[in-house]
Amino acid sequence: MTDQATTPPKRTGEWPLFEVFIRGQHGLSHRHVGSLHAPDAEMAIKNARDVYTRRNEGVSIWVVEAEAIHASAPGDKEALYDPSNDKVYRHPTFFDVPDEVGHM
Amino acid sequence: MSNAALFQTLLRLGDNTLVLGHRVSEWCGKAPVLEEDIALANTALDLIGQTQMWLGYAAEIENEGRSADDLAMLRDVWDFRNILMVERPNLDFGHTMMRQFLFDAYHRTLLTALKDSTNPRIAEIAAKAVKEATYHFERSAETVIALGDGTPESHEFMQNGLNLLWPFTGEMFECDAIDAEMAAAGVIPDPISLRDTWIALVSDTLTEATLAIPQDDFAHKGGRTGRQHTEHLGHLLTQMQWLQRAYPGANW
Repeated sequence: MTDQATTPPKRTGEWPLFEVFIRGQHGLSHRHVGSLHAPDAEMAIKNARDVYTRRNEGVSIWVVEAEAIHASAPGDKEALYDPSNDKVYRHPTFFDVPDEVGHM
Repeated sequence: MSNAALFQTLLRLGDNTLVLGHRVSEWCGKAPVLEEDIALANTALDLIGQTQMWLGYAAEIENEGRSADDLAMLRDVWDFRNILMVERPNLDFGHTMMRQFLFDAYHRTLLTALKDSTNPRIAEIAAKAVKEATYHFERSAETVIALGDGTPESHEFMQNGLNLLWPFTGEMFECDAIDAEMAAAGVIPDPISLRDTWIALVSDTLTEATLAIPQDDFAHKGGRTGRQHTEHLGHLLTQMQWLQRAYPGANW
């Protein structure tokens, strides 16, 4: 962690970038659908409503300033993900999931 | 209740949304930022959608074989019944958003009252449209506050827009013989009765936006009655109706 989390994001005169997450229906989790610019979080939600939910896609919208997201580095790919490649027993694929269970 | 008066009332409702919808659509592809461009296009589409319902019902009431499309595309200036404010040119973005805000506050107030209309068709259309109008109002009010209470430059744009538009707001609350007849039958609210709610909505937002409400009560009128539209409506119609005029009956 850097001290990025405590210092407010720099303002350049451009509207900050927000990442948009939409919950498609009750019971599902919010999914990342894209990003947009807005002057503040409230307006970002309105913009998200206009840009991403015109066809009845959602029941709930989250917006997060893109600067507030900490991401893994692409260079760490091998160390992070390769070790699990050959460990099939970690996947619950040896069970039959009954249809009634619904979303897993 | 006469059908002629009901027809005029429906034209007043439908022509407001038609003409403003067309005006707002003129921003498509050239709004200041992409997100506003999409939002304005959505607003325009909402208004045109409402127009289809109002003018569709108007055409049924008229019962002379005309459709909503005929009413929108084949009438000339003097047959339009929209208020003058909505035919004003967009000018700058601040003026456009101020016009939208002043109209949205009125539209939401009017549609809320129309939900209780004694005419079931009008009540149904209003119940559907008021949801859109509520969102339009929230959005335009927030923009008016952000720009009014923004930089000195944006403040000046919003104040100029307000000063230009204020004399066009009085027409929204004008009451003539048609309104009186419809209000007496419970079809529409008395236009004057909407004014207090509107002024309260508008002053709250404008105060927060640090904008000064003009103190002049002079009102430009003549749009709702068709007596005297501004020269801008004719120019708007040449754009909007061009295709149907040049290729009569052209279809998808």
